[in-house]
Amino acid sequence: MSTLEVRGLVKNYHLKQGWRGRRLVAVNDVSFTLEPGRTVALVGQSGSGKSTVAKLLLQLERSSAGEILLDGSPVARRGRGLAQYRRTVQMVFQDPFASLNPYHSIAHHLARPLRLHGHGRTAAELEEGVHRLLERVRLTPADVVARRRPHELSGGQRQRVAIARALAPGPGILIADEPVSMLDVSIRLGVLNLLAELQREENLGVLYITHDLATARHFSDEILVMYRGEIVERGPSDQVILDPQHDYTKLLLQAAPNPEKRLATLRSDR
Amino acid sequence: MSTSAGQTGTVLTVEDFSVDYLGETTVRAVRHVDLSLGRGEILGLAGESGCGKSTLAYGLTRLLKPPAVISSGRAVFHSREGYDIDLGALHGEDLRAFRWDKISMVFQGAMNSLNPVISIRAQLEDIFSTHRPELSRAERRQRCGDLLERVGVDRDRLRSYPHELSGGMRQRVMIAMAMALEPQVMIMDEPTTALDVVVQREILLEITRLRDELGFAVVFITHDLPLLLEISDRIAVMRAGEITELGSAAQVYSQPEHPYTEQLLASFPSLTGQRGDFIRAGLDERLLDLDPVRVADVDGGASR
Repeated sequence: MSTLEVRGLVKNYHLKQGWRGRRLVAVNDVSFTLEPGRTVALVGQSGSGKSTVAKLLLQLERSSAGEILLDGSPVARRGRGLAQYRRTVQMVFQDPFASLNPYHSIAHHLARPLRLHGHGRTAAELEEGVHRLLERVRLTPADVVARRRPHELSGGQRQRVAIARALAPGPGILIADEPVSMLDVSIRLGVLNLLAELQREENLGVLYITHDLATARHFSDEILVMYRGEIVERGPSDQVILDPQHDYTKLLLQAAPNPEKRLATLRSDR
Repeated sequence: MSTSAGQTGTVLTVEDFSVDYLGETTVRAVRHVDLSLGRGEILGLAGESGCGKSTLAYGLTRLLKPPAVISSGRAVFHSREGYDIDLGALHGEDLRAFRWDKISMVFQGAMNSLNPVISIRAQLEDIFSTHRPELSRAERRQRCGDLLERVGVDRDRLRSYPHELSGGMRQRVMIAMAMALEPQVMIMDEPTTALDVVVQREILLEITRLRDELGFAVVFITHDLPLLLEISDRIAVMRAGEITELGSAAQVYSQPEHPYTEQLLASFPSLTGQRGDFIRAGLDERLLDLDPVRVADVDGGASR
C-alpha cells in the first residue's frame, strides 16, 4: 500500500548545437497521484515526454524541478532510502525481447530480485519463491518454465515473466511503459487482463503509459493526455475519450483507427 | 487450369500458392493460398506474427531466398496492357525488369531500409537509371522531385540523408520510391507499424488518395485489424499459412464466419462503443489459454 505523488515535475535537457546550446523542455509541470488499486493512463504521441516521466519516477533521471513524494516523504537520493524506494516502485518495460537476458534462465531472472530484496536466501527458499511468482502470472507448470531461457517462450509469456519480475520485490507501485505494444494482438488483452487481476490482488497503483487510446480507456480509471511535455487534458477515462475538450485529444482520437466510423460511411454509401 | 486472365477487373491471380522452408524440419509457411486482386483494390492481409503473411508477400514478388521454396501453385499478373505474366516463369533480366515496374513493395520497417550513407536523391534516381535508362539527367531529377511532392515531402529534401528525416517522412520516401515507376500492384508490409497514430493516419490518407489518383492495387499487410477495416475494400485473414476468411471489410467486421476472425476482432477493445469490463472484470483464463506454454515442443512452428 503506497501512494506516489508527483508535484510540478520538470525535466530539461541541454542540446548542443555547434557553439550554442539549446534547452529542450521534455516534461513541464506535470502533477498526478498514483493511489493503491487505481490505474492512471498517460497517453500521447511519440516524443511527447511519456517515457521521460517514467524515467523520472524510476530515478533513472534526475528531475530539474518539482518533487516526487512516496507516502508523503521525498525520495531519498541514495543509500537505504533509495533502495526502499526502488523496492516499492517497479517497472515493466515495453520490449520483452530486450528486457530479459538471453543467457539466463527464467529462474535466474526471478530469483535475483527475490534475493536482493530479502525474500529468500537459501536455494530452496528462492526456488519456492520463483515457482510462486510463475504461478501468479499463470506460467505453469512452473518448474518447466523456470528452467527455460527467454527465447523458448512466446512474446506474451516473456512479458508475463517481466511482470513476475516486477512483482518479486513486493512493490506498491507499478509503472508499465507500453507493456503490450510489442505483443501479438490476440494475446494483448490477456496480458492486460492478468495485470489488472494482479493489481487487484496486491492493491497496486499502476501508471499505464501508452499511445493506444482504446486500451487506455478500458484499462484505466483516469487518463492524462500529454502533448509536448505538458498535460493538456485529464479526467476520468470515459469522459476524456467520449467527450474530449482539448484540440490535441480530439486529434488523437480522430487518428485512432475506428472501424465503426468507416462502417457507418460504408452503409450510408449504399 | 482455369485462369481469369481475360477478366479486365483482375490484376493478380494467385492459385494454390505454397511456400516451404526447407530447414531441419520442413516448415510449411504458406499453404495453398488462392487469391485474386482487383485493379485499384486495397486488399488487407491480416494475421499474427509467424502466420506466413510476409512470406506470402515475398513469394508474390519472387524475393524469397533459400531455404524457402515455392512448392506449389502459381501467381499470374494481368497487365493493364492486356497480356499475362506467370511470375514463376520469369528469370534473369526479365525478372529484374518486371520487379518494381509492375509490382513494387514497401518493406517491413521501411524507415530503416533506406541506405544511411546515400542521399535521398541518389536512392530515388537509382530506380530511374536502372529501369528508365532513356531519361536524361534533368528529367530524372525532375521526376524525383515530383515523386516526393506527390507524397507530401518538400522537393528540397532530395539533398537530405535518411537520418535528417523523421520516421514518418522516411516512410513517405519509401512509398514514393515504390510508386516511382507507377506499378500496377504495390505490396505494403506493415508500412505504419513503427509510427504513432497521428503520423499513421496521415500516411493512410496519403495511400488512399494516391490509390484514387493513380489506380494501383494495394496488398496491405498488418496485424492491426481495426486499421484494415478502415482502409481496405476486402480483407483476408491468415492463420498458420492458410487464408481462413476472405470477404469485404464490412462483412468480416459484422459477420465473421471463422472463429479465429471473431477472436481477432475481440482482441481490440472498442474506442467509443460500450465500455466492456473485460479487462478489469476479473481474470479471464480463456485469454491466457490463447498463449499456452508448450511442454513438449513437437512442431517447429512457422517462422516469419
